[in-house]
Amino acid sequence: MSIWEYANPKRFMQVSAAVLPWLSALALVTLVTGLVWGFFFTPDDFRMGATVKIIYIHVPAATMATGAWFMMLVASLVWLIRRHHVSALAAKAGAPVGMTMTLIGLFTGAVWGQPMWGTWWAWEPRLTSFLILFLFYLGYMALWEAVEDPDTAADLTSVLCIVGSVFAVLSRYAVLFWNRGLHQGASLSMDAEEHVSDIYAWPLWVSIIGFALLFVCLVLLRTRTEIRARRLRALQARERAA
Amino acid sequence: MRALLLRDLRLAIRAGGGFGLSLAFFLIVTTLVPFGVGPEGGTLARIAPGILWLGALLSCLLSLDRIFALDREDGSLDLLATSPAPMEGVVAIKAAAHWLTTGLPLTFVAPALGLLLNLAPSGYGWLMLSLAIGTPALSLIGAFGAALTVGLKRGGLLLSLLVLPLYVPTLIYGAELARRGAEGLPVLTPLLMLAGITLGTAALLPFAAAAAIRVNLR
Amino acid sequence: MVDLGKYTATVIGAYGVTIALLVILIWVSVARGRRMAARLQAQERRSQRNG
Repeated sequence: MSIWEYANPKRFMQVSAAVLPWLSALALVTLVTGLVWGFFFTPDDFRMGATVKIIYIHVPAATMATGAWFMMLVASLVWLIRRHHVSALAAKAGAPVGMTMTLIGLFTGAVWGQPMWGTWWAWEPRLTSFLILFLFYLGYMALWEAVEDPDTAADLTSVLCIVGSVFAVLSRYAVLFWNRGLHQGASLSMDAEEHVSDIYAWPLWVSIIGFALLFVCLVLLRTRTEIRARRLRALQARERAA
Repeated sequence: MRALLLRDLRLAIRAGGGFGLSLAFFLIVTTLVPFGVGPEGGTLARIAPGILWLGALLSCLLSLDRIFALDREDGSLDLLATSPAPMEGVVAIKAAAHWLTTGLPLTFVAPALGLLLNLAPSGYGWLMLSLAIGTPALSLIGAFGAALTVGLKRGGLLLSLLVLPLYVPTLIYGAELARRGAEGLPVLTPLLMLAGITLGTAALLPFAAAAAIRVNLR
Repeated sequence: MVDLGKYTATVIGAYGVTIALLVILIWVSVARGRRMAARLQAQERRSQRNG
């Protein structure tokens, strides 16, 4: 019994069908808990006022935006090395979710930046990096759409994802070099001095877990759709051939 | 290999090869900028390195889809794939040919256009140096993008969408090198980073591009 | 309702757009999943009948 057993599409469909309802419920409960806790039961920050409540969506969305790309990278590598179709389809399924998370991160950042920094948009390293990440998602999804043969598309997008990851990291450092910014330091870390206090940290962690669970649910759901779409395509091709 | 390089160069320079086109495009973009931002010399001088870099980058982009598309259409790409020369080498040669017919001429034309934009006198050398070091990376990244989209009927627009985000680090360091050079600031960091990007792409991207071409020819 | 002071529009806007985007994403994913499942089922039935 190894993890590769789940790479069998049939097995994946069985397990994901069994897991998905429970996981969705758990994701919903966690997400609602985190957001309600953060929104209604945390005090205002002495500097940022009520805008501090945006942290409960901004930070989790930003975390998942990069997390989604990382998941796509791993799935692409698995596809290129072990040729499991589920892996390639999971990478495809992750992209729109990651893109939405990036969009949420950018939007909440802009809305937050307006009262705090006095501007909607600053060409500031983190914001700029996320904008670039957004462009990477767009290109990746466009390539999936453009290539007709699913295996070719999976191969090409996997190569793009790997090369893109290298360039995304490069861009991150290039942008840091280009402009040092206004952005707050790390919100959550083990040792940093510039660290949000515990009243904010707990609901924030719950929100992050909620967003992560939501991400997993959506990827499972969308992967199931992709597997079905693939099977439908195969059946139709067989019918035409007959 | 040398035969391939010479063939590509000859094809590019021949009429309709698009050799002069990217230079003309570079000139037009540079001419249009003052119409957009106003003729005031100080402003132009300040943005000149960035505009020239951006113009060079877009001119490069213009001819990218020719790298593999024509060979794909007349079947010579299949011949190259079955020839004893490794695909990685073919990609590197084609990127080199692209650079020799776009990046290199752009580098030599850039100072003249810098004159139009009122570039500071100290900036010309750095501008040329940054373009000379940086444009090979643009050609190599472009060859990778062209390899990804070679099988597509209307790949041109998609190619831009894929390649432009990959150009970000090169553009940042290249324009920064030219700007700092013009303003007399220390230039070592962007210089080294730009050279590092070019060398890194030259070492690694031919492999990725060759893999993409093999997939597309399958 | 909590008092958000002068930042009411900011905070509500951020939450509102986030929740709207998430709902759209979930909606699209679920709808496409259902549609694909239905189409696949129809196709499978047809394939079986035709042998």
